[in-house]
Amino acid sequence: MKKNKLFRNDEEKTALLFLLPAILLIFILIVYPFIYSIYLSLTKSTVGRPGIFVGLSNFIDLSKNPLFRQVLFNSVVYTVFSVVIKLVIGLLVAVLIKNIVGRWSKFIRGTVLLPWVVPSSLSAIAWWWMFNPQFSVFNWVIEKILPFSNGIPWLSKSHWAMFSVILVNIWRGVPFYSISFLAGLVSIEEELYEAASTEGANGIQKFFHISLPLLKPVLAVVLLFSTLMTISEFNTIYIITQGGPMNSTHLLSTFALQEGIRTGNLSRGAAISLFLFPILFIASYFQIRVVRQGVRK
Amino acid sequence: MKNKHKYILIILLIIFLFWTIFPFYWMFITSVKADAELYNHESNPFLVKNFTWEHFDYLFKNTSFLIWFKNSLIICIGVTIITLIISFLAGYSLSRLKLRGSTFWGLLIFIAYLVPPSLLFIPLAQVVDTLKLTDSLFALIMTYPTFTVPFTTWMLMSYFSTIPYELEESALIDGANRAQILFKIMIPVSLPGITTVGIFSFTLSWGEMMYAVIFINSTVKKTLPVGIIGELVHGDVFWWGSLMAAALLASVPLVIIYSFFTDLYVSGLTKGAVKG
Repeated sequence: MKKNKLFRNDEEKTALLFLLPAILLIFILIVYPFIYSIYLSLTKSTVGRPGIFVGLSNFIDLSKNPLFRQVLFNSVVYTVFSVVIKLVIGLLVAVLIKNIVGRWSKFIRGTVLLPWVVPSSLSAIAWWWMFNPQFSVFNWVIEKILPFSNGIPWLSKSHWAMFSVILVNIWRGVPFYSISFLAGLVSIEEELYEAASTEGANGIQKFFHISLPLLKPVLAVVLLFSTLMTISEFNTIYIITQGGPMNSTHLLSTFALQEGIRTGNLSRGAAISLFLFPILFIASYFQIRVVRQGVRK
Repeated sequence: MKNKHKYILIILLIIFLFWTIFPFYWMFITSVKADAELYNHESNPFLVKNFTWEHFDYLFKNTSFLIWFKNSLIICIGVTIITLIISFLAGYSLSRLKLRGSTFWGLLIFIAYLVPPSLLFIPLAQVVDTLKLTDSLFALIMTYPTFTVPFTTWMLMSYFSTIPYELEESALIDGANRAQILFKIMIPVSLPGITTVGIFSFTLSWGEMMYAVIFINSTVKKTLPVGIIGELVHGDVFWWGSLMAAALLASVPLVIIYSFFTDLYVSGLTKGAVKG
């Protein structure tokens, strides 16, 4: 592809030189910490005390620990529910926007993206307030409609707390899904839909037989990327529930923070974080495959 | 029949838009409501009777809000400049220059882009500590590029690949050197891509919370999200007005940037997702 012989021989040197800052950054601040984190997880280290090698015992201890098992379970519940619902709503919104090509489609797009533009570290504060036990606006409405109810214990009961943080994740994540799907939908040729219409297909059939199959590559990338982002979520949990009540909303990241930094048990914290690695590995493997297929096309 | 369908779609969309905007509306209405009304179960919470700026006033006079704002600005501008330089060079190198192993480096950057901060914060805290940077803005300026650079390099690579080689070749024939090609051709031609990348690295840094929570301790060095959640919440319950005012004000810069560059933002988002 790059057959421009006009470039001088020192092209390779220049290329390396230009690449060097990025490589240094990645090796010093990503690869090295990652290896260091593996080292920590295989030792018994606390802040200010060098580690003694203990093999896999941190991981074994963790896998026997009921609290950690709960955190893993929480992470799975949180991720699966969030991702699946975001997928459904995201698709729905993309189809809605595509079908209503009004004058203000630009306005709609701008609005739909707002939850993604404003960082979750700021918008989660508003959600925290909306879930407030005394002054929740949702409960105000519920109590108006059902005068004798006491509203919903958004953050004080385990299941409701999980429900609440999933709700926030959906609110925040749907824009990314819908805008990516919309970009995919728009690139599908109109003739396909017209041909289907002449053969008598209705909207739902067109969606399942044309849109969905053709969106597959976009779906794959968005799902993989979003799964990774969702399971490593930190901001909204840290702000809204701090992992509570009774650890019912602790995810790997908030739990690792509590154990590794707050308690000072670096090895344990590192081991907890490393449970993200298999997911990272699987996601990267598939993403790279999808991206490479895209390149070949 | 057709029209009926359309109305249902429009209603669904309106419900969705309402749900999208509501938290922002709620932030706003809380921030301009007097405490007496805010904490009164009898009054309708959706409306405001006694409009007031007192929560904003409190924010400016009694808290370090402006200092956090300044800290966030310094960090985000610093990170964005560093990110632009590193990723522009790397992206150019990987997509335009002949380099053995460029596929490998490209993959490495792509994988680095997928590594979430939650996986690295414990060892990074040790690195920051070793460098004696704990509780300094430099700790964040140094570590934020770990999540901006891989993403932006990847975006710029795909952007550069859309620029025709002929542009560079004709300049070479005219006797231009590499620096001239970069400054006179590549930078002007790829300005939309560079702007997009700048917006993304600024936005990502502005909202980052995990590293900021861990690396920074003193009030005067906190960034906006950490300062707001860590310092405005205190013993009694009556701080919601100023909390919402702070969250609202902190969101403003991003919404302004975004409203000016919506198209770039959307194209960047979909490119980032669809192509990598």
